[in-house]
Amino acid sequence: MTRKQRRGVLIGTCLAVLALAVGLVLVALRDSIVFFYSPSEVAEIRPGPAQRFRLGGLVEDGSLKRDEGTTVRFVVTDRAKTLPVTYTGVLPDLFREGQGVVAEGTLQADGVFHADSVLAKHDEKYMPPEVAQKLKSQGLWRGDAQAGASQAPARVN
Amino acid sequence: MIAELGHYALILALGVAIVQTVLPFWGARRHDRQLMAIAVPAAQMQLFLIALAFTALVTAHVTSDFSVMNVWANSHSSKPLIYKIAGVWGNHEGSMVLWVLILALFGAAVASFGSNLPPELRANVLAVQGSIGVAFLLFIITTSNPFVRLDPAPFDGSGLNPVLQDPALAFHPPFLYTGYVGFSMAFSFAIAALIDGRVDAAWARWVRPWTLAAWMFLTLGIAMGSWWAYYELGWGGFWFWDPVENASFMPWLAGTALLHSALVMEKRDALKVWTILLAIITFSLSLMGTFLVRSGVLTSVHAFAVDPARGIFILAIMGLFIGGALTLFAVRAPLLAQGGLFAPISREGALVLNNLLLTTTCAAVFVGTLYPLALESISQDKISVGPPFFNYTFVPLIVPLLLVVPFGPLLAWKRGDALAAAQRLTAAAALALIVAVALLAFAQRGPWLAPFGIALGVWLIAGALSEIVYRVRLFEVSIGEISRRLGSLPRSAFGTALAHAGLGLAVIGIVATTAWREERIVALAPGQGVDIAGYHLTFDGVTPRQGPNYQERVGLFKVARGAEEITELNPSKREFTVERNTTTEAGIHPSWRGDLYVVLGDQLKDGAYSVRVYFNPLVRLIWLGALIMFFGGAVSLSDRRLRIGAPKRSVAKARRLAAAK
Repeated sequence: MTRKQRRGVLIGTCLAVLALAVGLVLVALRDSIVFFYSPSEVAEIRPGPAQRFRLGGLVEDGSLKRDEGTTVRFVVTDRAKTLPVTYTGVLPDLFREGQGVVAEGTLQADGVFHADSVLAKHDEKYMPPEVAQKLKSQGLWRGDAQAGASQAPARVN
Repeated sequence: MIAELGHYALILALGVAIVQTVLPFWGARRHDRQLMAIAVPAAQMQLFLIALAFTALVTAHVTSDFSVMNVWANSHSSKPLIYKIAGVWGNHEGSMVLWVLILALFGAAVASFGSNLPPELRANVLAVQGSIGVAFLLFIITTSNPFVRLDPAPFDGSGLNPVLQDPALAFHPPFLYTGYVGFSMAFSFAIAALIDGRVDAAWARWVRPWTLAAWMFLTLGIAMGSWWAYYELGWGGFWFWDPVENASFMPWLAGTALLHSALVMEKRDALKVWTILLAIITFSLSLMGTFLVRSGVLTSVHAFAVDPARGIFILAIMGLFIGGALTLFAVRAPLLAQGGLFAPISREGALVLNNLLLTTTCAAVFVGTLYPLALESISQDKISVGPPFFNYTFVPLIVPLLLVVPFGPLLAWKRGDALAAAQRLTAAAALALIVAVALLAFAQRGPWLAPFGIALGVWLIAGALSEIVYRVRLFEVSIGEISRRLGSLPRSAFGTALAHAGLGLAVIGIVATTAWREERIVALAPGQGVDIAGYHLTFDGVTPRQGPNYQERVGLFKVARGAEEITELNPSKREFTVERNTTTEAGIHPSWRGDLYVVLGDQLKDGAYSVRVYFNPLVRLIWLGALIMFFGGAVSLSDRRLRIGAPKRSVAKARRLAAAK
């Protein structure tokens, strides 16, 4: 095998693997990305029942209801619009009313968001950055006082 | 007092790091041995000072000195001692101090044990290490000072995030960081080689042990993180393609590629330019890992408080080092002479394929991890890229690599014989095929691809063993000859076989638990039960219990197989009083078939509890496999030929002996 042929084999293999990778990435990006919406955006965009998306916001106070078995219902709010959610399964430890939550699933024709996964973050001070940003952009962010930082003693040096 | 001492030590360390960067580099330019020699005491002094600062921080945490803000924010007097210590690196500031401590440790190691390196190379390596130290010390001192005081001192601390109060997580960051930072050695050597414009096999012999050590610790660190996520987060999964998991997985993929390409460079003097580039990429990905975790740009369980100043600082550090390194590479790489030719079918060819597939896989993970960030900054659209993306891209790219792994060690350097290698692998292939057919026939459920996944794991293990079998001529020669051959086989051969077999075990574990996992989510009232995977669980209610710094509600579950009661599982929910936070502790019953995994959920309205029960078949093989990979690396590292500089020194000694005669 000449030097030129060897180089050809090398370059050919590289190109083939790269083409495969690019193809896979493009297909996967088209099929498996999930958008993140707040209740206000859901009201605006009205995603169809086939479109999976993530819903983020705060769990509205007093909205958590338990149905038969392990099904729960609650309402997610961004303080402008609300959206009812139903979920069957075990809620995460840090799921609390008034706290941030991210649910993934689809919006059904009855106007209820059917979640198949619910995430709450591992810190009672934590709010999903998306939620914080949305609240900020809607002028509803109450700053760090909301996050309990007011307990912090004065800081020196 | 102790905090001020630590703060002072950090600032001194910064000064020393600047000296370590500037003088040796200048000395290397002027070939001034005295200037270059300053690098050695500077690196040692830097280790001493940073160790002092770290000790000061540990002392403040252990003695619960709440006048130090970092201690107040992350500790509490009621916390058990081990978590007071682990709490040092369970937060942003402390973990950065640990980062520079490990960096200084590696720098001091080169300074202390590198006396047989060419002086210019050592001076440049230590200068580059010093410059990384400068950047990160500056970052700590200006944006993340762990020694800030509070006045008046609060009465007690606000506690450590309870999910972090766990033995596996206590030791996860040090291992992970040793891995990340260990790749800085490869980076520094690469930059030094580029500055010198010269690189040879001796260079690769120097870089490889450091890379191998870093790789081993990263492997173990990732495995520990995954093990922790498995039993602590209570989701029953072992890997979530979470951005922060990816942030540690990308350097691992690139580092694995580097490990293999450095082999080619050492043995055959080929792939020089590529190895240098890979060393830069691997450390850049480690830096990016630090950035992603510390800046809070990504939504993740690990995201610490969002502070844009810190994020921008680390971004600047990254830009400087990665941009600078790549520019230097573009300018100087053409100077590096190309060496050893090889045929496509050869050990080198196999290792090139390994590198190609590993780096492509790494690129795919990179795209999946950063695409949401990029899209958000361009279009304001918020998306998340979840496990499906990674399953579509990662799996098809990694499977071909796993298929060819057993061939690599069996091919000769320069020009290999694929047919001969295939013949030696006949037994392994037959075994894998039998396993696939048997599983296809007997598995009642699960995807039809799963048996092939298991067969792939078997193929890797049997293929790794085949190499040893072939090399000792098992079944062909007498037992005495076999043991002689086993004795003379280099340890690195065993290391390779162990690492590849460990990979096979991990593949079997991953496939089995992904394909044949069973899950039940039920509402159980006391006295009720649930059946899963041949077990019968009976729920006996919930009792309260008091822990050292938490109260828990413990579920009582009797586990029976057939008529016989085997064990009792006690999953619990822990309420941490100080942190006002809850964690889930899963109840796990391990067996050789797999883990029975029970999670206690919320109390429902009729007094029942929601309960999640999983059966995860063979899941422990994942971590066992990672452990075996770690040991494979350790065995390889203990190889005489790899021991740092050993060949050189022995040659010198032989010469001296000859001269004495």
